[in-house]
Parts: sequence; C-alpha cells; structure tokens
Amino acid sequence: MKPLIASLSGILFGAGLVISGMTDPFKVLGFLDLAGRWDPTLAFVMGSGLLVTVPGFWLVRRRVGPVFETKFYLPTVKDVDTRLLVGAAIFGTGWGVAGFCPGPAIASLVRFDLGMVVLVIALIAGMALAELLPERRTSLGSNNDLV
Amino acid sequence: MDIAFDLSSVLHGVVGGLLIGFSAVVLLVFNGRIAGISGILSGLVFDRGTGERAWRLLFLMGLMAGAAIASHMAVSEPALSTQKWSVLAGAGLLVGFGTRLGSGCTSGHGICGLARFSKRSFAAVMTFMAFGFLTVLVMRHGVML
Repeated sequence: MKPLIASLSGILFGAGLVISGMTDPFKVLGFLDLAGRWDPTLAFVMGSGLLVTVPGFWLVRRRVGPVFETKFYLPTVKDVDTRLLVGAAIFGTGWGVAGFCPGPAIASLVRFDLGMVVLVIALIAGMALAELLPERRTSLGSNNDLV
Repeated sequence: MDIAFDLSSVLHGVVGGLLIGFSAVVLLVFNGRIAGISGILSGLVFDRGTGERAWRLLFLMGLMAGAAIASHMAVSEPALSTQKWSVLAGAGLLVGFGTRLGSGCTSGHGICGLARFSKRSFAAVMTFMAFGFLTVLVMRHGVML
C-alpha cells in the first residue's frame, strides 16, 4: 500500500503544481516582483495548501501512528540555526533568479526541454555540494534528520 | 503598488493549492512522511543506505505523471523559462545547495513545516521569501545593493 500511496500523493502534488500555475516560472517571479506588476497567485496557492494541511496535520498527529507505517518521520532538530538561515537565503536567491523551486523543476521535466534538464542536473549537483559539508554540530540530530 | 489580480489565476491557484495540501496530508497520514520535495529528491539521490529510495522514486514519478496529466487536460501548462542555460544552471545550483543546507523548500517548510507550527520552518520561509523578493528586485529593477 505504501508504494501506492506514494504514487498517488505524487500525482496529486504534481497535478496541483500545474493547476496552480506554480510550474510557470513567470507566475512565481511575478509574485516575487514586489516593485513590478505584483501577481498574488502564489500567496493563494500557499494559503490554500495551508488551509488543508493545518487542520489536516493536526488531525493526523492525534493518531498514534500513520496507517501503513510504524511512526511519523518528522524533523528532530528544533533550533533555528545558522545552517537553516543561510540555506534558506541561498535557496531564496536561486528561486528569485529563475523562479523554480524543486517541485516545479521536476514537474517541468515532462516538457522535455533541455533547459529544464540543465536546471535539474545543476540542482542535484548543488545538493551534492551541500552533502559534502560537515555534519551539524548538535548531538540531537544528524545533518539530515528527515530520512 | 501595481497588483495584477487575475481571478482565473487566483482560482486556479486555490484549486492547485488545495490539491497540494491534500497530497501532503495523504502522504503523512498513510506513509508518515513529509511531502517536502527537496528532501524527497535528495533522499532519492543520496540515500544513506536506509533503503528508502523506492517510495521517493514513485512519488517523483507520480509528480511528473500528475503534471503531465494536468497539462494535457489543458488546465494550465508549465511554461518554459526563457533564460540562458548558464542562468538556469546557476539558479539550480543555488536552489539545490540552499534547500539541502536549509533542510527544506517551499513544500517542506512552507506547506508542511508551517502547518506543524515549526519555528524553524517559519524562519526558513521568512528568509527564502525575503531573499526571493530581494533577488527579483535586483535582477528586474537593477536595484544596486
């Protein structure tokens, strides 16, 4: 069942990305363009997403565990540290350059456009570089607390 | 401030957002996983020997399938970037590096993390939004910092 759920969730996510317009980099950049013609769509996408996940997650977390798994795989690191902030800053910058975050980048591969392939390969390369960094210094969790 | 309010775009955004939110709840309640794309992708590529690649691959393949289906239904289509490959590569590098260092992206921190009232995610979202705004300000309006 878990593979089925993973596939189904992915399909819903991918469809949601396209329908919402978030796979259109110009729409995303339009949201990030405060000084230009501001496109509020992304705010509505995130807002609607949260409209579902806030109550949804709250309900789910009241369960002892997931339906088909033994536990919830959630982040264990709690502190707002430099890694997080620097990482978010770098991510935000890259996002503002081309208007792509990981989800839309993967989704765009279905267009068989070489530019998108370049972006995704570079994205994975960027991740590889991050993997080379020393682990987080805390004893609470490892560099990747999300398995 | 010049606001381009397009009702059709907003409605599409709401429907898409609801779907994304729903997909995250499905993944969490059934499989106990966070629908954070950067985490799913990096976990697939850089698996730490935990043997958890399969579901990640299926999720991402599902993502592409869902995107393809939605595109074919002509609801909306992923527009292609018109930027040079060098720019796309640079953007990709920053996004990949940043999301791993920052432990998440717009789905992981934005849709899921905020829903968990995670202060880390709140800080991350504020930060990547700010830098997103700043970057576009510089690139589109030539604001010199």
